Amino acid sequence: MKFLPLLLANIGRKKMRTILTVGSYAVALFLFGLLGVIDMSFNQGLEVAGVDRLIVRNKTSLIMPLPIAYKERLSQIKDVKDVTFASWFGGVYQEPKNFFAQFAIDVDTYRAMYPEFEIPEDQWDAFVRDRQGCIVGRKTLDRFGWKIGDRIPIQATIYRGLWEFNICGVYEARREADDTTQFWFHFNYLNERTPFIKDYVGWYTVRVHNPDKAAEVTKTIDERFANSSFETTTETEKAFMAGFVKQFGNIKLIILIVGSVVMFTLLLITGSNMSLSIRERTNEIAILKAMGFGPTHILTLILAESIGYAVIGGFLGLSVCKLFTLGGDPTNGLLPVFFLDNKTVILGIGITFMVGLISGFIPALIAMRLNIVRALRSI
Amino acid sequence: MAIPLIYNVRSIQGRFSSTLVALLSIAGVIAVLVATMAMAKGFKKTLVASGSSQNAIVLRGGATSEMESSLELEQIKIIGDDPRVARDSSGRPMISAEVVVIASLPLRATGTDANVQIRGVSQNAFVIRDTVKLLKGRFFTPGLAEIVVGKYAHETYRGFDLDKTIHFGGIDWTIVGILDAGGSAFDSESWCDANVLNQAYKRPENLFQSMTARLISPESLKSLKDALNTDPRLTVTIKSEIDYYADQSVMVSTLINVLGFLVAGAMGIGAIFGALNTMYSAVSTRNREIATLRAIGFRERDVVISFLLESLLIAFLGGLLGSLIILPINGYTASTINWQTFSHMSFAFAITPDILIQGILFSLLLGFFGGLFPAIRAAHTPIAPALRGL
Repeated sequence: MKFLPLLLANIGRKKMRTILTVGSYAVALFLFGLLGVIDMSFNQGLEVAGVDRLIVRNKTSLIMPLPIAYKERLSQIKDVKDVTFASWFGGVYQEPKNFFAQFAIDVDTYRAMYPEFEIPEDQWDAFVRDRQGCIVGRKTLDRFGWKIGDRIPIQATIYRGLWEFNICGVYEARREADDTTQFWFHFNYLNERTPFIKDYVGWYTVRVHNPDKAAEVTKTIDERFANSSFETTTETEKAFMAGFVKQFGNIKLIILIVGSVVMFTLLLITGSNMSLSIRERTNEIAILKAMGFGPTHILTLILAESIGYAVIGGFLGLSVCKLFTLGGDPTNGLLPVFFLDNKTVILGIGITFMVGLISGFIPALIAMRLNIVRALRSI
Repeated sequence: MAIPLIYNVRSIQGRFSSTLVALLSIAGVIAVLVATMAMAKGFKKTLVASGSSQNAIVLRGGATSEMESSLELEQIKIIGDDPRVARDSSGRPMISAEVVVIASLPLRATGTDANVQIRGVSQNAFVIRDTVKLLKGRFFTPGLAEIVVGKYAHETYRGFDLDKTIHFGGIDWTIVGILDAGGSAFDSESWCDANVLNQAYKRPENLFQSMTARLISPESLKSLKDALNTDPRLTVTIKSEIDYYADQSVMVSTLINVLGFLVAGAMGIGAIFGALNTMYSAVSTRNREIATLRAIGFRERDVVISFLLESLLIAFLGGLLGSLIILPINGYTASTINWQTFSHMSFAFAITPDILIQGILFSLLLGFFGGLFPAIRAAHTPIAPALRGL
């Protein structure tokens, strides 16, 4: 600790270089955090998928409906605990770029299926009573500056006409990876207004008693409806989401490869800066050694300086990244999940620490083994 | 009087290794920038190439994509009778009433399902879309469960080979041909008879989703639009095919552009730091040189310009290198899901001259900001103490 003033003096000796080195680390780690955020948002909450939930969709594709009568038949299957369903509405609020997902939900069963979404009891009750009511996720509510009690017009695209909904409540999520951009309304309202496709739903969500039984139940459901006019494909929620992620295809891979390569280049540049700055100080180090500083002291001092730059820069970069993500999704609703998770932060700090250590190690080793007489002669 | 440029060229040669670090970091930034712009451009280009200026697409009023739209046969007949719609040699209107659906079929690469766009078309479809050619096999026979697949679909999905059978919508389809649509979105689709597809998907007979019509001239779109809008029997939206497909690319190309610019922007700041470092150390090691230049009569302004030029030169070389490195990516095929059509689409990266120009301009911007402050410091070098350092 008593060497702290010396350390600080060293860091402050060439202010511009210090700023640039710390800045480079900060940029690299900002980028690292950003890539983590992008990766996370492309994964669409894969990590928060419920292990005991299955998604049942029409075998042909998700856009094809399933009959509402399947609800009863699904709940009779062994090991099935709860069944709920929903339909995609795909409406537009004011203009198409204001995208957010709207689901027509089964009011009786939907909430119990998704306990991760929290809604105050009185708001939920108000929603149940109001046939044109809706529940909006916190992010979407804030994005458009809506309040509870507002009446929201949504232009239907798949269905017809302008639909109006009363905001009865807002749902929040405990985990950051949960999507709070959705908009839920009564399935019955949709069903009544669309007589030409009455009693069809988009997909079912099924909860099994025991996650270990999931594979078995999946098979039973698909066999039960095989050779009917509405065959099904059942998957765990995680597999269902992974299917979407895979469809994004190589775009995600390309962003990640490119970004990672560049981040490491940036880190290498900062590393070479560090060794340059220490090599310039050969004379000083020789003097320190002549005054009686031991090799371990020298090693520790230089490593501490190098790691200091790295960690300060890294911390700065990740903080800026965190602030940036708090500002919300920059693509206007296309990435519902957009946040910096703790795993990325810890990994990032770990990486900077390692780069600081490695880039300081060789110069520190050279300094440690420095021949005093030869170094002093060159002054 | 300006300091000769050869002075800067020589000093870059003299400090090759530190210049190289700055040059490479700028090259990296430009490469990433060009790559992301080429990705967004390629995606958009693929969709836009699907449209022809002489074709118009008709959707239900208010629908923004074919997936959401629906049109009845009567409406299609009314529109087909309009004199602004072109006729074929036997006098029939050149229109195609189409059904667009999605089938979940496994990808060759991963075995997991992806959404293939299946387009049920009328016989005239191949005449109206004259860019769509047959690569192998033959067209489907109307009324049969036969299907032709786009060349990208053929490469992307399992079992999409000539004479093979695929199963979706409850029936078996025989693949009788492979299409080449010149790299447009149709290359990711599969085409079959609209009526057969309607039956397979248990949709009502004579209900279609969109209608594509060949017009007598691109200019007739406007008057046709006015006529349709005032016709009380119709509630439809009509658009030029090109505009329609350009709209379908908005979401994904926005996503790529925003994320791409974010990453490239952050990297750009990193590269400015790299350039600053190089230029500052260039200035500090050349103190005496600069003082000498000043002593023999060059003014402060000349020194600033000279150092800025040097920085711009490094940045320009970096930008050039970055563009060259990334050039081979042009034409590389990637694929992703298009949220607006909810289907999987392949597209090729497109590096166009304007992307390259933007890349080089951005590199010059980096060079300018990386060189400005070191150049000012160089100009303020006190002459006497620096010379005394000899």
